[in-house]
Amino acid sequence: MMHKLSVAELSKGLKNRDFSSVELTQHYLKRIDRSDLNAFITVTEDLALSQAREADSRLTKGDADVLTGIPYSHKDIFCTKGVKTSAGSKILDPFISPYDATLSHKLNMEGMVMLGKTNMDELAMGSSNENSYYGPVKNPWDKKKVPGGSSGGSAAAVAARLSAFATGTDTGGSIRQPASLCGITGLKPTYGRISRYGMIAYASSLDQAGPMTQSAEDAALVLNIMAGFDDKDSTSANKDVPDYTENLNNSIKGLKIGLPKEFFSEGLDDSVAKVILQSIKEFESMGANVEEISLPNSAFAIPTYYIVAPCECSSNLSRLDGVRYGYRCDNPEDLDDLYLRSRSEGFGEEVKRRIMIGTYALSAGYYDAYYLKAQKVRHLISEDFKRAFQKVDVIMGPVSPTPAFGLGAIKDSVSMYLADIYTLSANLAGLPGMSIPAGFSNNLPVGLQMIGNHWSEEVLLNAAHQFQTQTDWHVRLPENI
Amino acid sequence: MSLDKKQVKEIAQLARLKIDDSEVQQTTAELNNILNLMAELNEIDTEHVEPMAHPLDMSQRLREDVVSETDLSEEFQAIAPKTGKQHFLVPTVIE
Repeated sequence: MMHKLSVAELSKGLKNRDFSSVELTQHYLKRIDRSDLNAFITVTEDLALSQAREADSRLTKGDADVLTGIPYSHKDIFCTKGVKTSAGSKILDPFISPYDATLSHKLNMEGMVMLGKTNMDELAMGSSNENSYYGPVKNPWDKKKVPGGSSGGSAAAVAARLSAFATGTDTGGSIRQPASLCGITGLKPTYGRISRYGMIAYASSLDQAGPMTQSAEDAALVLNIMAGFDDKDSTSANKDVPDYTENLNNSIKGLKIGLPKEFFSEGLDDSVAKVILQSIKEFESMGANVEEISLPNSAFAIPTYYIVAPCECSSNLSRLDGVRYGYRCDNPEDLDDLYLRSRSEGFGEEVKRRIMIGTYALSAGYYDAYYLKAQKVRHLISEDFKRAFQKVDVIMGPVSPTPAFGLGAIKDSVSMYLADIYTLSANLAGLPGMSIPAGFSNNLPVGLQMIGNHWSEEVLLNAAHQFQTQTDWHVRLPENI
Repeated sequence: MSLDKKQVKEIAQLARLKIDDSEVQQTTAELNNILNLMAELNEIDTEHVEPMAHPLDMSQRLREDVVSETDLSEEFQAIAPKTGKQHFLVPTVIE
């Protein structure tokens, strides 16, 4: 039953020596072994047990940190020294990272236990986890449904309690959307809050790592470790890290919540709208004030994002060329053949599409019409939020227009892109966003999205925690867990 | 704007991706489908709008030009597809 405990509870249990980190780790490893969700690309059993023994020795000696000995799963986009780091792609399938990402290093220093690397859409491109070279992940609530993406393996692992928490990354919703579809808590912090060093880049001006947890309290505990300035990441913000657990218990009386009317218009599933509006009522009953706001350019987030992100990815992924690491084709005839075949055999269809769109949008003669235009509209989207945050503290709405959809149900790229409508704008504006479990539609979880102003993670976590003291959606579990 | 098959082959070559003749038609249709979505942006007047250069209105941080990395060439070469005499090897480019 240890797997039903939150990170906060496990931390206490480890400190009291109710159980050891080795016992806890073995318990999770057994659960992973029995699971058929395909949530992991690599399970690092030996490493996990050695880290757990090390953690137990620190715990016994009394020099443990807050989260020493806590087992977690790590999205396979973070470099981990000596461990395969594939980012869900064939082209990186042979890649054993020679160094640790800053985030991996920080979790190691805290004495946490890495159980394995989680499955994901190839190179973080996708909203269903169906783009993984290692096959799709199944949603623990209904194994015929997708878990969302791109951090689908991480979300499924936490929802099925295969680990205490997981790491994720969010470029256009890749933490919040799978968190919503799997019924867990996911936080994408402000751009620059967590180091991107050693996190395989998709779109560098949008990418941000964050915690995927059972509760807001756990998210605060984990964010305390993840956040902070890193000299190795030139876009890392040199800004103090508060103790994110400190304000969790504050009252939210008088909190000003804005509901963007554009988030409740055509395209939103009725059953999702019902859950969202019900949860807003819960906030009102706790003393929050709700008003309607407008984000007039939010509908343009889709075309804007699907220009900016492919442009950045076409540049970032040029490094994957079969020369220095990763997959190389057999018997290349000449250098051009080596590039062409290594990349064509190594990348999946969606990644190739985005590379080509980006290459086209950045090419001579089309740059102004696409990339520059998109960066201008991005400015307008960002200004919408600036105006909104002069009036309200938090913006709330749905994460995804529907609950989890069927595996194989959405076949064309554009229909898949449209499902990202509510999450993209927070990335374009660099804002923190969160998904918390808010109810169910036909036995599938529905997440409430909260978007805050830059550096307002404490406000989001406080509101989310207060909601979770009044509701039990976040502790509901899929059957047989 | 929509792409024809010839343009798609050119873009693929620029991106160092190989497209077989049997795939060109479908890829062209898929890319045009995506580009149609992008065309929505033409509805917005952006004549007096500055492009956004950074999500936080911050400028790029600079640092002193000093050696900050240790020499990991052995570790990096150990994972390469093909190496020799401390070089990454590729097919001969110049005879």
